[in-house]
Amino acid sequence: MTKLIDKLDHPGAREICAAHKNKPDALLEVLHGVQAADGYLSDAALRTVADALNISRAEIHGVASFYHDYHRKAPAKHIVRLCRAEACQAVGSEELAPKVEEMFNGNDDVAVTTVYCLGNCALGPAAMVDAELHARVTPEKLKEIVARLGDA
Amino acid sequence: MADRVKIFAPCDAAALSVGADDVAAAIAAEAAKRNIEIDLVRTGTRGMLWLEPLIEVETSKGRVAYGPVEPGDVASLFNASFHKGGEHKLGHGAAKEIPYFAKQERLTFARCGVIDPLSLKDYEAHGGIAGLGKALKMDRADIVAEVTESGLRGRGGAGFPTGIKWKTAAAQTADQKYICCNADEGDSGTFADRILIEGDPFCLIEGMVIAALAVGASEGYIYLRSEYPHAAATLRKAITLWEEAGLSGRNDDGSPRFKLHLRMGAGAYICGEESSMLESLEGKRGQVKVKPPIPAISGLFGKPTIVNNVLTLAAVPEIIAKGAAHYKDFGMGRSRGTQAFQLAGDIARGGLVEKAFGVTLRELIEDFGGGTRSGKPVRTVQAGGPLGAYVPASQFDIAMDYEALAEAGAMLGHGGIVVFNDSVDMAKQARFAMEFCEIESCGKCTPCRIGAVRGKETIDKIINGENRTENLAILEDLCDLMVDGSLCAMGGLTPMPVRSAVRHFPEDFGG
Repeated sequence: MTKLIDKLDHPGAREICAAHKNKPDALLEVLHGVQAADGYLSDAALRTVADALNISRAEIHGVASFYHDYHRKAPAKHIVRLCRAEACQAVGSEELAPKVEEMFNGNDDVAVTTVYCLGNCALGPAAMVDAELHARVTPEKLKEIVARLGDA
Repeated sequence: MADRVKIFAPCDAAALSVGADDVAAAIAAEAAKRNIEIDLVRTGTRGMLWLEPLIEVETSKGRVAYGPVEPGDVASLFNASFHKGGEHKLGHGAAKEIPYFAKQERLTFARCGVIDPLSLKDYEAHGGIAGLGKALKMDRADIVAEVTESGLRGRGGAGFPTGIKWKTAAAQTADQKYICCNADEGDSGTFADRILIEGDPFCLIEGMVIAALAVGASEGYIYLRSEYPHAAATLRKAITLWEEAGLSGRNDDGSPRFKLHLRMGAGAYICGEESSMLESLEGKRGQVKVKPPIPAISGLFGKPTIVNNVLTLAAVPEIIAKGAAHYKDFGMGRSRGTQAFQLAGDIARGGLVEKAFGVTLRELIEDFGGGTRSGKPVRTVQAGGPLGAYVPASQFDIAMDYEALAEAGAMLGHGGIVVFNDSVDMAKQARFAMEFCEIESCGKCTPCRIGAVRGKETIDKIINGENRTENLAILEDLCDLMVDGSLCAMGGLTPMPVRSAVRHFPEDFGG
């Protein structure tokens, strides 16, 4: 008998689950793994994870939607995460943020998002561009950093 | 070869954020060009973050420091023979004599910025593993007694006596116990956990192994926030090296007797709360649970579990190695030992200051921090993270200890100190405290979930001048409700920054 889940099976997600011995407590790690490979959590991946870990899709939806890190849609090619927590506010992150948003407005390859604390609080405003941490950022500096990534 | 020069370059995330990798590469390239043989050692940071990238050179007179170094400075540094300790405009002389560093009491962070974080040989040569060696020869009860006697209290913010927690877990009979390290350092203005993990990860691991010996645990988890990818990479390698060296013991099948797992968070601030963190470790939504039962009796997977902050666990090897009395000798009143203070925000010399309890805020901000980076006057500092009070300049002579701060209506939290200059709008900061609670609330209890939204709306009305007196009364009432009715510190402490802002800066609320 063909189950619906067979049609939507996501072999990559199944492999990641297996690497975590299909243990339900590894759900966050599994979702991190899937997202690292695909960039986001697709319906097929979540169905497969539910099947492999033997937990309900509702529970997985609950977890995927609770944590800020998980995305259900394909993200932009590059992500600029601006810290807007108190220590960065104290050095102008609130004035910086709209300028940065404006600068990348219309550029579909770059998404500007907010993060609360990158642990670089003595050298703010801080930003993470993809996986790279930056200090004392200005709009000009961010523009340069993103341009250096090349394909943006 | 005797002529080989040892040069130290940081690989701490903060140092990388100001170009440490580029500087290290430039040094290697320039040395090769000049046929100078060097050993380039990557270290953590000493915590003098405004000087990063801080490059050190080993000389006959000890390690000499230069910083902040940019790749463009490297040629001129070689021209000045910095590799022999030569003078240069970026030179600071002996690294450990730099006043900011020399005036500290480095116990937990003694090795940070000094050693290669992933060299067990370095670690042992600088006093590591001594605590574990001693603990292995001690009775379980004696380890717990030593930790109790040291006066060590939870460094995550709650300040609960560590020895009492351990004693409770040790007294439980169970087939499985866990040691969980809370490395979900989400408070803005704090980065000490990150610096320790990136600069001296074995110290944390050693502390966890000693905790495991003390309570009889065979498995441990480190819950690290996902915003710290550099720390994660270092820790992952450190755990492997530690276990491969057999330092967590070996079962008959060769597996470590104390198995340590690294688990990554997923961007939820609330997972720094212990019950929420345990839920998250079980693969669930990070929702707060009602206590009791306390984790030491029924924690992860329903088993007795020690949940300690990174800095609590990392203090343990030193306490066991040198004895409780040595640690207890630092500090004042019921706050014993040292605290890692983190100077952040608008601060000229931001970074990590490990100091015995009792240092004043003024000493930290002025003597260590050098005032604001912007040059504007300091108006307030927020001490203890997003849930901590805004302290006005008139209270800067408070001694930094758990009780003295509580008496002043503030808290130490995880030791973060965020400096704001006189351009700060305190009504906006109060509003942000409520907004942050709205964004990060786990949603389990109503005072926090709804209270934060109503709080933000009420502050908006006050800012817009609508029925100011009535709305300030409503805000006060709402704060009472959040304090009394919230399940955990998120809702229970959000009123602290709000109330302190209203009390100390009424002029910003139209008063």
